[in-house]
Amino acid sequence: MLNRLLAALGRQIIAFLSYLGEITQLHLSTWRGLLTGRLEYRATVQQLAEIGVNSLFIATVTLLFSGMVIGYHMAVQARKLQASELVGWFVAETMCRELGPVLVAFVVAARNGSAMAAELGSMKVTEQIDALRAMATDPVNYLVLPRYLSCLVMVPLLVLIGDVVGVTGGYVMAVLSPAINQAVYFDSIPANLETWTVVAGIIKAVFFGMIIAIVGCHQGLKCPMASEEVGHAVTRAVVYSIMLVYAANLILTTILYPA
Amino acid sequence: MAEAEAPAIRFHEVVYRATEATVLNGASFDVILDGVSFEVQAGEVFGIMGMSGVGKTTILRLLMGLVAPTSGDIEVQGSSIVGLREWELNRVREKMGMCFQYAALLDSMTVAENVAFALRRRTHLSRQEIERKVEEHLEIVGMAGTGDKMPAELSGGMKKRVGIARALITEPEIILYDEPSAGLDPIMASVIDDLIVRLGDEFQMTSVVVTHEVEELFGISDRVMMIYDGRVVACDSPAALRGTDNPYVRQFVEGKAQGPITV
Repeated sequence: MLNRLLAALGRQIIAFLSYLGEITQLHLSTWRGLLTGRLEYRATVQQLAEIGVNSLFIATVTLLFSGMVIGYHMAVQARKLQASELVGWFVAETMCRELGPVLVAFVVAARNGSAMAAELGSMKVTEQIDALRAMATDPVNYLVLPRYLSCLVMVPLLVLIGDVVGVTGGYVMAVLSPAINQAVYFDSIPANLETWTVVAGIIKAVFFGMIIAIVGCHQGLKCPMASEEVGHAVTRAVVYSIMLVYAANLILTTILYPA
Repeated sequence: MAEAEAPAIRFHEVVYRATEATVLNGASFDVILDGVSFEVQAGEVFGIMGMSGVGKTTILRLLMGLVAPTSGDIEVQGSSIVGLREWELNRVREKMGMCFQYAALLDSMTVAENVAFALRRRTHLSRQEIERKVEEHLEIVGMAGTGDKMPAELSGGMKKRVGIARALITEPEIILYDEPSAGLDPIMASVIDDLIVRLGDEFQMTSVVVTHEVEELFGISDRVMMIYDGRVVACDSPAALRGTDNPYVRQFVEGKAQGPITV
């Protein structure tokens, strides 16, 4: 019984380490393509539009409502602490440090990470990836690199826009709350929010973008040759991306905001 | 004494075991090829026949470097391709073309973009020149005027013909056909068969044709190899195979249920 349990545990550990090895390898191959200038410009522009422009609406709506909820909670708590003039800063700090990068990463993972896994997975199943290779075209340079680069550029941009929208959402709630001094809502932000807080949030977003692109593309490229596996690859892409974003967020938070 | 020219393709004791990630269509095979050896000379049309699932397509995939053998060696034009990195394999692939069983057209591109794909990436030909070559090759396979269509608008047979045009357009030295006439009407199948023979005769293009259509294979091949249970059971000219006593070949050619080949 114990032997079987240990064997199962060992298999899981090996599978996890093997997975980490595979995504690291894919990451390195992608960087090799990037550094050797093998970028597909047309595909990259398409992906920039897909990830940036087409995700903008859902990302801003998510951040707007989150900012409103945070604004509401902050307003209630600040009134108890008699610190109502700091609500704007509280909201901005929360958005820039955590909610902006993490929520945008979730939106992009769900919308674009899943699409990457589905598109590449169905190409794998229908032998289109093999056809690319047979035509002497490296699928990493042709398919992964444009998606990776687009995530690297667009996720931080979405976070920046999302931070502004989230803070604005908080202002809307502040306006609706009689206990908050609306005039000082925005004044408290430049007075208290450090530039580094915003920059560190953007740095987080860069790493989250990398994770989403690599995990999504890896799931697609490694999809077993059966149609139903495409669905599983999509699910895995979203779940693994979110889990890795959480883990990376913890590590990056301790590094970027030392105690 | 002059050194003999290296064969275009050489398989030496190739063993291939499928892993979970490489198994096609969910089939649960383990040892696919078990010590397969053969040579194909330049300009030869070499046929590979056998029942479904015996590893015919795997031989083409191994030749293209799409999968690596478990053991053994594979040479293309005298150089081993086993253990090469992807960019090194790409140099070998530039000399080769492959027609996939289900065409494997890039479904986000038009027919013309599919056919032009390799030319656009590997040559410096002008746009007009590429368009001319695309139209010329589409005409060869009876698909003239379909350049603007998307693969989803084509039938299976039409996709297959576009796949053949795509493989031919770079004028490869070696071309691999996986079930080239499956899904085609008899007239178009005959056109494709004639094309395979003509490319060998006129341009010294080496062709490897995989199919289980015996008559088609015997009609176009210089030599035919039969695979069963992961091993080569016969390899000879079509005429010799027609008259052979080999029980595997006889059963397969005559299409009998009884014999050493079990289903």
